[in-house]
Amino acid sequence: MNYIAHTEIEKKEMLKVIGVSSVEELFKCIPSNLRPKSFNLPEGKSEFEVFEYLKLLANQNATQLTNFVGGGFYDHYIPAAVDALASRSEFYTAYTPYQPECSQGWLQAIYEYQTIICELTGLDVSNASLYDGGTALYEAAMMAVRLTGRKKIIVDSGVSLIYRTMLYAYTSNLAIEFVETPVVHGQSCREDIYKHLDAKTAAVIVQNPNFFGAVDDFSDIVERVHTFGALAVASVYPVSLGMLKSPQEMGFDIATGEGQSLGLPLSFGGPYLGFIAVKKEHLRQMPGRIVGATVDKDNKRGFVLTLQAREQHIRRERATSNICSNEALCALRALIYTSLLGKTGFQELARLNYQKAEFAKATLEKVKGVKVKRSAPTFNEFTLELPKNADEVVLRMISKGFAGGFPLGRFYKGLDNYLLVAVTEKRTKEEIVHFANSLEAALCS
Amino acid sequence: MQLIFEKSRPGRLGFSLPQLDVLPAVCLPEKYCRQTAAQLPEVSELDVVRHFSNLSRLNFSVDTNFYPLGSCTMKYNPKFTEKVAALSGFSDLHPLLPQLWGGGMLAQGSLEVLYNMERLLSEITGMAAFTLQPLAGAHGELTGVMLIAAYHKANGEKRKHIIIPDSSHGTNPASAAIAGYTVVVIPTDSEGALDMALYKKALNSETAAVMLTCPDTLGLFNPKIKEIADLAHGVGALMYYDGANLNAIMGKCRPGDLGFDVVHLNLHKTFATPHGGGGPGAGPVGVSEKLVDFLPISRVIRRPDGTFALDYHKRKSIGYIAPFYGNFGVILKAYAYILALGKSGLMEASENAVLSANYCLARLKDHYVVGYDRICMHECVLSAARQLEHGVHALDIAKYLIDQGFHPPTIYFPMIVKEALMIEPTETENKETLDAFIEAMICAAQLSESDPDALHRAPSQMPIKRLDETKAARQLDLRWISKK
Repeated sequence: MNYIAHTEIEKKEMLKVIGVSSVEELFKCIPSNLRPKSFNLPEGKSEFEVFEYLKLLANQNATQLTNFVGGGFYDHYIPAAVDALASRSEFYTAYTPYQPECSQGWLQAIYEYQTIICELTGLDVSNASLYDGGTALYEAAMMAVRLTGRKKIIVDSGVSLIYRTMLYAYTSNLAIEFVETPVVHGQSCREDIYKHLDAKTAAVIVQNPNFFGAVDDFSDIVERVHTFGALAVASVYPVSLGMLKSPQEMGFDIATGEGQSLGLPLSFGGPYLGFIAVKKEHLRQMPGRIVGATVDKDNKRGFVLTLQAREQHIRRERATSNICSNEALCALRALIYTSLLGKTGFQELARLNYQKAEFAKATLEKVKGVKVKRSAPTFNEFTLELPKNADEVVLRMISKGFAGGFPLGRFYKGLDNYLLVAVTEKRTKEEIVHFANSLEAALCS
Repeated sequence: MQLIFEKSRPGRLGFSLPQLDVLPAVCLPEKYCRQTAAQLPEVSELDVVRHFSNLSRLNFSVDTNFYPLGSCTMKYNPKFTEKVAALSGFSDLHPLLPQLWGGGMLAQGSLEVLYNMERLLSEITGMAAFTLQPLAGAHGELTGVMLIAAYHKANGEKRKHIIIPDSSHGTNPASAAIAGYTVVVIPTDSEGALDMALYKKALNSETAAVMLTCPDTLGLFNPKIKEIADLAHGVGALMYYDGANLNAIMGKCRPGDLGFDVVHLNLHKTFATPHGGGGPGAGPVGVSEKLVDFLPISRVIRRPDGTFALDYHKRKSIGYIAPFYGNFGVILKAYAYILALGKSGLMEASENAVLSANYCLARLKDHYVVGYDRICMHECVLSAARQLEHGVHALDIAKYLIDQGFHPPTIYFPMIVKEALMIEPTETENKETLDAFIEAMICAAQLSESDPDALHRAPSQMPIKRLDETKAARQLDLRWISKK
């Protein structure tokens, strides 16, 4: 199957109009010495055969495990209406809405999505999406560098190691100095941040809840950061914003995050959704496409891509970012998901996550040898201290049907016995109790 | 249409969440809690379904309209690949699972997809290895430039600039600049190719790389491509291939054989994954042998026993580019497409894409100025310069086409062509559609002489007329705010 419509007769007609005798003649501009040295690919297969093969591969993945793994990527329920609406091909087979008159559906949806992100973070303006939470954080860091003209960035080590690694990779040729500050008793160490904070600092980056699951009120840090003329940047988990203090309420200049939890499947790491929201005074340094409302010739409201002079297709090497394709369809899913939950449902979702995690803490605490780290409050993820190596324990839990959590030793030196456990609204009381019993058994064996 | 927020009514609910089945614990201390709830809409499920169903109908899309948007390869997106990506074995898989001890065995199916896809793309492009991590074309460009920087650094060199033709995509200079390079722009000569004299002059031991699109954005294949590559290699620079236009050349030539060292592909273009209203895409990057060690981690490996695993122990790697293994859902759809088409299918795709573009060019070249009157590849670039004499711009022609039910071609790009109209019909459109589009283009050319105002007034058949973009930029309204 090749999805080509031309018949042999039509091809001949077209070649005649072009004035050549064969399709191959159209390629004579490619000299024979530049033709492929090999093109050794399998021949095509029917739709049925390809589907059956891929179904076989899908079945080799273990998705029947009861999931307690989070680490920034969460197993939330996705309402059927999200899939149904995002599967409308008038949405998913369109492209970037360059021509507003025939793209009003997309443009209005992005305008609504921008509003949702502003509402969740409390900040003034957002864009049409970035790739993921990590690239969004990198874009925020570079915004801070451009806005302040400074090159030193303080990063709290409670920020996901995945994101920190991405930050360092992207900036490896840019002479940007990163200082990592420690997490003490679960939360950011103020003393250490203040020790490094100075007039050369472009930004301080923190995460809420942090990688250990701890929530914080960063208002004091943000205030101090501003006295040095630096920017405060937060990477946040959007579902937690149904309960936790918003970035705006803490005074942050820029908030970013991973939008996967807003109606996107885990899908083995992507496609995901990077979101960003900033104070309006920073708007012109914000990367990515932005939709604005305006009117047409008859004074009727309509939507267009705006402030395009910041972007690569106009500004080229002087653009704020190189981003072109974004994650619009993922942003649409997030918009539909948050619209379905609505103001009340979104708060209820956060409450369920918090309460289930608190129940899990209380239940797991009763397992012999297990300690729940309680030095800081948490949202829906928390840290356990185990009497054994967490990697081994998780391996044993797999055979009992659980993806039992993320062993922190993978990302943090000296934390080999620590396990990060996430509990979403999908986990039932029975599953949590069963999880505790299985953990007890795994620790005994 | 009203915004979803304007349809909100206090107290209306559209959600279905499980009841709390555990005894409630003490609330979080107030200092950690938000004071003002996010003002999300309060609507029923039907309100949401009707709102987004009706919004979708305001879009042109490949499934509803011919969409010859040049450089974007808006070909048909096969439906079965959507069904593949929705299989729960793929869509519900947590990306951290294979990073647990013994966890690789929990993700063998997905790891096999990644492993096989890397090899298929390597063979299609003639490269030694691929990373599937980059999340879009421009993200692939940035990855590629970072690989180039790492390569020079490992050789103890810090080269300063990257050479890019003036006809390039805007992402090329932007990617080079944000990775820390200065950009040297080379003009296009009268034949539509890189100006060789100026190129040779710019090339020196400070050149880190030469970034090219081939065929270029004028839709032309540069027969001197090997010479360009040899000259770059002669001064120790690397060759970067922007794969946006790969749909022209599958099975006809391979970037690796042409002398390119780094290649990015846009899976959402050549390999038919949907463009999603702007994304998600995927921008895998292929490299020649000398750059393999620098590829992002993790790498997918095949163990001697045939199982698949992730390898993070690559000392020279540039690190993580994406949080995990790329836009897996997109990669999966592209993999299914390649398996369905196979060797002959991919070659036929390119042949028919080139045939369709040349057919459009042949039928339109008497009505529009053609910058470079040669056989084109998968797209053709026309100019509305003749229409401009009557006060009609490329933009006016685009708006007229909307009224006729066609998504317009890319306009005003490449920037080096005055009033450019860049048409990429793709191989999946039938001849009747091409003919109808061509007739509409001819009609627009005739109207520009007989009734230019008819074009200035367009579109008139859409739910809205032309929008005031100046007002949008000056009186910024970027989000809804409650009037209450």
